[in-house]
Amino acid sequence: MSETGAKIVVIDRAGERHVLETVEGWRVMEILRDQNTGIEGICGGSCDCATCHVIVDPAWADRLPAPRDEELDKLDELPLIEKTSRLSCQIIWSDALDGLTVTIPEAA
Amino acid sequence: MSADRSQPQRYDVAIVGAGPTGLFAVFELGLLGLNAVLIDTLDKPGGQCSELYPEKPIYDIPSWPVITGQGLTDKLLEQIAPFKADFLLGRRVNGMTRQEDGRFLIGTDAGDTVDAGAIFIAAGAGCFTPRRPKLEGLEAFENRSVFYAVRSRAAFAGRDLVIAGGGDSALDWTLDLVSTARSVTLVHRSDRFRAAPASVSAMRALEAEGRVRFVEGDLAALHGAAGDLSRIDIRTKGGTVELPADRLLAFYGLNIELGPIAEWGLDLADGKLVRVDTEKFQTSTPGIFAIGDINHYPGKLKLILSGFHEAALASHAAFKVVRPNEKLRFQYTTSSSELQQRLNVAPIAEAAE
Ligand SMILES: Cc1cc2nc3c(=O)[nH]c(=O)nc-3n(C[C@H](O)[C@H](O)[C@H](O)COP(=O)(O)OP(=O)(O)OC[C@H]3O[C@@H](n4cnc5c(N)ncnc54)[C@H](O)[C@@H]3O)c2cc1C
Repeated sequence: MSETGAKIVVIDRAGERHVLETVEGWRVMEILRDQNTGIEGICGGSCDCATCHVIVDPAWADRLPAPRDEELDKLDELPLIEKTSRLSCQIIWSDALDGLTVTIPEAA
Repeated sequence: MSADRSQPQRYDVAIVGAGPTGLFAVFELGLLGLNAVLIDTLDKPGGQCSELYPEKPIYDIPSWPVITGQGLTDKLLEQIAPFKADFLLGRRVNGMTRQEDGRFLIGTDAGDTVDAGAIFIAAGAGCFTPRRPKLEGLEAFENRSVFYAVRSRAAFAGRDLVIAGGGDSALDWTLDLVSTARSVTLVHRSDRFRAAPASVSAMRALEAEGRVRFVEGDLAALHGAAGDLSRIDIRTKGGTVELPADRLLAFYGLNIELGPIAEWGLDLADGKLVRVDTEKFQTSTPGIFAIGDINHYPGKLKLILSGFHEAALASHAAFKVVRPNEKLRFQYTTSSSELQQRLNVAPIAEAAE
């Protein structure tokens, strides 16, 4: 787990808020999957399955590295997305993200 | 093989799911002289490997330093060919009942019934099912005016058709149905498409000729009565666009869910994985085994090679269920003429036995 104790805040499908441990260098999908938040990440992070869709707190959206075309195209396959929708496998955790807040939307 | 539905076809083992694990199970069962039927919701075998990453390289299949997802499926199909398994594709397994003699009956959403001595659940991450748009009243329109696949082109002939999505399916069906439908409007959230460039240019050409209309936006509402669609509202940057339409084809990719097996009364982990033992990979119901990504046991790794190993052990255990009065002889393919006969290869010299 992160030595600095940086945390990610997750609002799960039931609307419950969790403050979770993180690991520097891991994909956010992996951090969420490991702690049983209901994120599947079936494709292991290769931007192929869109089962790791999260909605990033708007206050954080611009502080994350911008999505690549591959991620945007995959998101566009989903029937419903928000302005700050991301695939969490494409966000690599660094302690600078301490406090990042994401919501896991209902499965499509 | 849907010939006579009144008499269910009998098999030694029914395998739910034709991913790499289900395919390899055919081989392991075949070596033991057991026959099998594979049932899958997808219209092709290969599971995740063929559906999600056909072109991507896999590096951790023993003895294949590198092989693509589709390459692996093709090799498995070649390897299991001698055992002539039946494939029921494009059908979801729904119900399961146990008969008085201990055998199982499995039903599909297409109305098939299969009679099997044992069941292998090789359902992977679950059934691939179309992602449905979140629209009020959608259900009433589904399978009447709203579809997620084209079963027959006739359903769209002379219709005002809206196709939603930006991948190959959306583009291919736009090009295909433009000649039969009365009008075709393609709706996608962005003007970038995740489809073959040639299909995109063909669609653009039809758009320029005025034969296809493209609207950049999201489906917002369906209108109509008693399941008959009359209008679709599209949310665009410039406001709502109202499209007169009586058919909608939505291609938003596939979702994966455990599906009907969740109702089979098996002991589950997290409500979505099937608990098994690690001796036989049997579930809490004797005679029903679970192998590959779908199962759960302490130390489970969701790797293709784990599924192969599980298939071998489950097959030996299933033999004892299906042939309770026969003795199972452990043999190698290199040295057993019986196995070589089953594999349809020329038996090597008797001396090898
Ligand atoms: C992008 C990506 C990369 C991967 N890379 C690797 C890798 O490098 N190495 C590795 O070992 N693994 C890898 N995996 C994981 C690997 O693909 C899976 O472990 C493997 O596919 C599991 O095989 P399976 O046969 O158990 O299930 P699946 O491949 O999921 O197949 C299950 C099948 O069952 C069908 N099904 C389910 N329920 C029903 C039902 N009720 N009725 C009818 N059909 C049903 C489904 O439609 C599906 O086709 C990767 C996965 C992805 C997505």
